[in-house]
Amino acid sequence: MSLDAKIPAGPLAEKWSKHKFNLKLVNPANKRKYDVIVVGTGLAGASAAASLAELGYNVKAFCFQDSPRRAHSIAAQGGINAAKNYQNDGDSVYRLFYDTIKGGDYRAREGNVYRLAEVSVNIIDQCVAQGVPFAREYGGLLDNRSFGGSQVSRTFYARGQTGQQLLLGAYSALNRQIHLGKVKMYTRTEMLDVVTIDGHAKGIITRNLINGNIETHSGHAVLLCTGGYGNVFYLSTNAAGSNVTAAWRAHKRGAFFANPCYTQIHPTCIPVTGDHQSKLTLMSESLRNDGRVWAPKTQEVAEKLRTKQLTAAQVKEEDRDYFLERKYPSFGNLVPRDVASRNAKEMVDDGRGVGGSGIAVFLDFADAIKRLGKEAVSAKYGNLFDMYYQITNEDPYTQPMRIYPAVHYTMGGLWVDYNLMTTVPGLYALGECNFSDHGANRLGASALMQGLADGYFVIPYTLGDYLASIGPKPVDKNNPAFAQTKQEVVERINKLLALKGTKTVNEYHRDLGHIMWEYCGMARTAEGLTKAKGLIQELRADFWKNAIVVGQNEEVNPALEKAGRVADFLELGELMVDDALMRNESCGGHFRLESQTPEGEALRDDENFAFVSAWEYKGDNQPEVLNKEKLEFEFVHLTQRSYK
Amino acid sequence: MSTGNMNFTLKVWRQKDANSSGKMVTYPAENISPDMSFLEMLDVVNESLIHKGEEPIHFDHDCREGICGMCSLYINGRPHGPKRAITTCQLHMRSFNDGETITIEPWRAAAFPVIKDLAVDRSAFDRIQQSGGFVSVNTGGVPDANIIPIPKVIADEAFNSATCIGCGACVAACKNASAMLFVSAKVSQLGMLPQGQPERWSRVQAMVAQMDEEGFGNCTNTGACEAECPKEISLLNISRMNNDYFSAKLFREEKVHDHGASGGE
Repeated sequence: MSLDAKIPAGPLAEKWSKHKFNLKLVNPANKRKYDVIVVGTGLAGASAAASLAELGYNVKAFCFQDSPRRAHSIAAQGGINAAKNYQNDGDSVYRLFYDTIKGGDYRAREGNVYRLAEVSVNIIDQCVAQGVPFAREYGGLLDNRSFGGSQVSRTFYARGQTGQQLLLGAYSALNRQIHLGKVKMYTRTEMLDVVTIDGHAKGIITRNLINGNIETHSGHAVLLCTGGYGNVFYLSTNAAGSNVTAAWRAHKRGAFFANPCYTQIHPTCIPVTGDHQSKLTLMSESLRNDGRVWAPKTQEVAEKLRTKQLTAAQVKEEDRDYFLERKYPSFGNLVPRDVASRNAKEMVDDGRGVGGSGIAVFLDFADAIKRLGKEAVSAKYGNLFDMYYQITNEDPYTQPMRIYPAVHYTMGGLWVDYNLMTTVPGLYALGECNFSDHGANRLGASALMQGLADGYFVIPYTLGDYLASIGPKPVDKNNPAFAQTKQEVVERINKLLALKGTKTVNEYHRDLGHIMWEYCGMARTAEGLTKAKGLIQELRADFWKNAIVVGQNEEVNPALEKAGRVADFLELGELMVDDALMRNESCGGHFRLESQTPEGEALRDDENFAFVSAWEYKGDNQPEVLNKEKLEFEFVHLTQRSYK
Repeated sequence: MSTGNMNFTLKVWRQKDANSSGKMVTYPAENISPDMSFLEMLDVVNESLIHKGEEPIHFDHDCREGICGMCSLYINGRPHGPKRAITTCQLHMRSFNDGETITIEPWRAAAFPVIKDLAVDRSAFDRIQQSGGFVSVNTGGVPDANIIPIPKVIADEAFNSATCIGCGACVAACKNASAMLFVSAKVSQLGMLPQGQPERWSRVQAMVAQMDEEGFGNCTNTGACEAECPKEISLLNISRMNNDYFSAKLFREEKVHDHGASGGE
């Protein structure tokens, strides 16, 4: 199948305006005749649901949590980028576009990324109008800071809780539409399948998480805003409930899955302490503005630190290796996430890791405290320091933080065209759920930007074009596709509930996570990936024989919920490995050991791999088919990234 | 799987569903590491229950980093356990003594009915927010973000109110099961900011009316809510809300309009 991304022709800066003009409109009086389903209520979902309802569409919104406000967007700490140039430091829409496309290692579409940069300025205006309390200067105007990988101050922030404040803003807009009756909200409801009729998405099947009712919902279009799939690694910074099920079910109904191997490993997380651990906690990247990353120069000193014969403060200056500052003098501690993560791994692999496990490096604030004073450091990072202390029982004011990379974000996701439509007509994917804007590596403070761009400023335009083309005729709920899909969902649940083996679903999940982290994590090889594929296939087969799923369907049953999600992760994991194996180049978050420069930096292969991989599902236990969308670069010149 | 050497006795509220009666059930929690979070300790107990074919203890949780507000738990008589200013997911077992008996109950309030075991229905909070916890602006057509300067002190104070995570600990802590701290946090945030002024008086009336309708109790200024709030939301918010509420009732002519209807008043 040939993939048409539908990027409008013409100069970069005019593509979106021209496209908006060319999109068909739905007559205001007709909008109320359309039903739109929105799954997920994070930044993308809440903003889309609210904005579409404001336009007059009837929206049904769904989330598995007890309230739309709980979506995991809430946990984003650092900030949101926008090309406002309020700081007069040379920022512009073009610069934000350029930084984002370069940061993504030239594996994203120019047209999409430019649009993202273009609407970024509207997002800040919108959020401020809603009452989002961004940080301000004493003069009353908005404050900005620079953020990982950027040399201008374009990041807007709300202490270390930017995601929370932006989500609560979108949640308030959503609440207003719920109150007005334009959005019907379904909480504690999980989407388990997409219903397609004549190839078009016309509804979803859901499970009510309180009483187990399997319900069908129809709509003229379905928007998946269900986040990323980082929990395939078991340990990640994602919420416990974050999962791939909605996206994976859509994939199995015909939506191509793009770039599944592109995983962002965030450099500054609190290291793992033991097998009991259920999640990893991120320490905002903003800490790298003032914290200095280092490891001991020698294995001997590292060993003394690990065995507590030495404290970090006792390590002499000449025995410390500020490795990011040493290797990348112009960016120093602010190199992009993929570079920072890989270098931390190198230190640990070299036997220079610290902490009890030896799997960590230091992030040190001693110099910042000396320079700015404890009070100023506390004003900037107080809540993060408290969080660190809470988890580790160590005081970061007096000893350096121990950090290590952890899975944080997935750049891959459902393939979408410029209109955010997947390969299934009428089925859209927004936010982290799609693949479109971050290429192979996402820059800091751009996830919030993309989620809100898609929901507030892209889908309200592009959805109308499709709806106008299909017309407002009501969806026929008696079409057998609804009953058929529902039956398939019920059968799958029954199959899961029949599993009465000896190993818990959580144990399978942890095993899968170990395989993914070991072979499809920060560094990958053909040999390791091939091995991982076999291991995942074995684990999946064992799961369907030997897992234990307690309880029944007609009740609150988190064991059943988790079993369904892990079963999907066990399939996704294999596709990620296939994708990583196919992509024999290093780009962004995807580092293939076979493809590196003599200095050990990532070596991209533009000649052979400047494309989006879009995988097509062909049936259970059939190999997926690779479709390629060639990436054309008309406006930027591809260079090997250098942060030296 | 667990690696620690602490042992506890748990007394846990088990209740099949909203229509069944519940009871306390005792479980051992063995080989617990002091580095485990409270929820990870419960994960360990649940894994052993599942291995025995028993139903795991149900509790709400999601982000596990203290920001989503989904986790709850009334631990040894206190919402979110013995430590101040954190949620249950941020509570670690090093905060307990080896051998201790730990009592775990759900939030207790008429407006928060139990769904199962330790999970309660907090949708009343959503309905209060829906009644007026917003600024009525549509997407697009808003002015430049820097057009209204907001004094830093005001912005910071509004921020303090805005940090509420909607967990419900304030209600659980209150002998009257009052939701005043929760409601006043949103009323204050928007009431302090210029963006919230146009609907300031109608908002407070609508939200208080909805709060009463949901069956939350009244405030008698005990201050338990503030003491137990994981985000340290201040009682000052309640004063501000009362002030606005009475101002609205006594001195403002505006009626509670259909809040959020397009076209304004």
